[in-house]
Amino acid sequence: MSATTSRSRRTGIRRGEAASGWVFTAPVVLLLGVFLVVPVLMALWVSFSDWGGRGSPFSSDVHFVGLKNYSTLLGGGGLAEQDFGMSLKNNAWYVVLVVPIQTAVALGLAVLVNRAILRGRGFFRTAFYFPSVTSSVAITVLWLFLFSTSGAVNKVLSWFGIHGPNWFNDPRGIIHNLLAAFGVTQGPAALTQNTALGVSWWDWLGGPSVAMSAYIIMAIFTTSGTFMLLFIAALQNLGGDVTEAAMMDGANGWQRFWRITLPQLRPTLFTVLTLGLIGCWQVFDQIYTGTQGAPGKTTLTPAFLSYQTSFVNQEWGQGAAIAFILFVIIVLFTLFQRWVLRERAVSKRRMRLYQPALAAGTAAGGAPSSVPSSTDDSDRKGALR
Amino acid sequence: MSSTTVQNDRPAAAPVRDPRPRTPQRRRHRSRTTIVASSITYAILVVLAVVYIMPFLIQLATSFKTDAEATANPVALIPQTFTTAAYQRLFLNSDFPVWFANSAVVTVFVTLGRVFFDSLAGYALARLHFRGRSVVFAALVAVMSVPMVVLLIPKFLVINQLGIYDSYTGMIVPLLADAAGVFIMKGFFESIPASVEEQARIDGAGTFRVFWSIVLPMARPALITIIILSFQGSWNELAHFIVSTQNPDLTTLTKGVAGLASGQLSQGSQYPLKLAAAAIMTIPVAVLFFIFQRRIMNSSDGAVKE
Repeated sequence: MSATTSRSRRTGIRRGEAASGWVFTAPVVLLLGVFLVVPVLMALWVSFSDWGGRGSPFSSDVHFVGLKNYSTLLGGGGLAEQDFGMSLKNNAWYVVLVVPIQTAVALGLAVLVNRAILRGRGFFRTAFYFPSVTSSVAITVLWLFLFSTSGAVNKVLSWFGIHGPNWFNDPRGIIHNLLAAFGVTQGPAALTQNTALGVSWWDWLGGPSVAMSAYIIMAIFTTSGTFMLLFIAALQNLGGDVTEAAMMDGANGWQRFWRITLPQLRPTLFTVLTLGLIGCWQVFDQIYTGTQGAPGKTTLTPAFLSYQTSFVNQEWGQGAAIAFILFVIIVLFTLFQRWVLRERAVSKRRMRLYQPALAAGTAAGGAPSSVPSSTDDSDRKGALR
Repeated sequence: MSSTTVQNDRPAAAPVRDPRPRTPQRRRHRSRTTIVASSITYAILVVLAVVYIMPFLIQLATSFKTDAEATANPVALIPQTFTTAAYQRLFLNSDFPVWFANSAVVTVFVTLGRVFFDSLAGYALARLHFRGRSVVFAALVAVMSVPMVVLLIPKFLVINQLGIYDSYTGMIVPLLADAAGVFIMKGFFESIPASVEEQARIDGAGTFRVFWSIVLPMARPALITIIILSFQGSWNELAHFIVSTQNPDLTTLTKGVAGLASGQLSQGSQYPLKLAAAAIMTIPVAVLFFIFQRRIMNSSDGAVKE
């Protein structure tokens, strides 16, 4: 049976398909192979070698050094470890602040712009999206000006009587600054004495530096428009029926948003968080264009450090090792987030929210078992139809 | 329907403290609150729009100011002394035109190449039956998940090994690899009914002929998406040019302006010069954006910036 179909395929109108299939995909396969797969394998080798950047990494005077490059970074006790720890600290704070804020801002903008009554929707959408099309280099140049000591931001702050910081030259952590406002300038010994990756716990917890905060604001400014479009597309795909039903039942706007709209946006939310997370661990262009790691190495990121270690310090093995550790971090975070946002029947916290409703439901003679299933939006949609 | 209502209202209605009856009075009350709510919405949106647009207006205004005024009066949108000194310096006394030309060359070739290769591969994966198709597809998915920043050093190693360091080949060819574009094209071709092609096949047209003169013209919307993404991606690319070139004659806009920002051309801050350079490099993408605005806004495919 299968023999006849495959023969008829070859001789019929599908003749020559196999060959052209390969011919058509060959350029892309070749390009991706040569410029993606092979490079990754080569870099993996370099990360286990002592290649110094001269000649071919496969020549005979390059030696296999095992995990030496990795151990220097993760426990060498030297400057390399300290720089790497610092870059992880900086980027971790960047991720912690940028991902949730940009997602919330994007969602907020989408909901505002998507109002049915709104006129001039196109204008607002354009205004919010425009920063996303500009290059990170151009935006960074603009940011260096806006956030300079005598720049526009500090000028505007001065109208409100606030003396702005010297943004891109200020290495102090913002949480340290906050604590200093309450008179705490020295951390407890337990935090200052102990270190992780060459950086003291007190510094790990110090928050992003003021300089890094300017980058954080920039990231929110440039990416929220992109994600706003994703949310708008998702909002427009939502059927109005569920929201209408909730409206009939007397849910106010706030409740409708949290209980009806948001749960239905879950797949988009997942996409936005994942893209945000992956993007935020790859901060390179901005740092290269702007501060190059200064002040006090507080804007160093693993991506930039990997470049600097290889191309400037000629420590190619270490640079490649940083890149692979970064790769692992990104994969782990994506998996972790997938696990956190996985589909669950009903979480304990949510269940607690429904307790009063459940009790009311049983009192009214309703079937309580039907309540949990109503949180699943596909069920809810199905029930409506 | 009634059971639906019961299911729905429980989580939503439970915290409602004041379930007022729906009388005409209530309706009138509601419409008044709608007006208030919409004016609040407008107010918020206008403030936000100003926040989003202002930096670009300031950029444009500052590029026409003198150095001293840029520092003294950073917010003003109308320069006190209007000067095009920054632009003159960029175009007449710097390598800026070379950077611009290099960016243009790279962008044109990368965009053309991606459109062709992406649609070829997308068509094959969507329509042609061949052994190994699923393997190719799985490989593409795997490749897409590799973060670009991780490839910084690896790309340099391969480009160096192939002997195409410091050449247009090294700048253009690696950027042609674009798994995401293949996906977009594949998705589009799957949405076109196959009957049209089959007719042409029966009439004896070869696979490439069918692809080139029948399927490709139908794929215009998807092709425009690829053009937008490729143009924007290669025009704004920085990291790849840092690792693939060293020769000043091959500097692109992104690399050149990044160098400018860290003070290569300038003594002092020279903000008007830097902002003028950044403004000019924004223009081509902005033009593209306004031409294809409706398409960008309506397709979530075209919205993802890397």
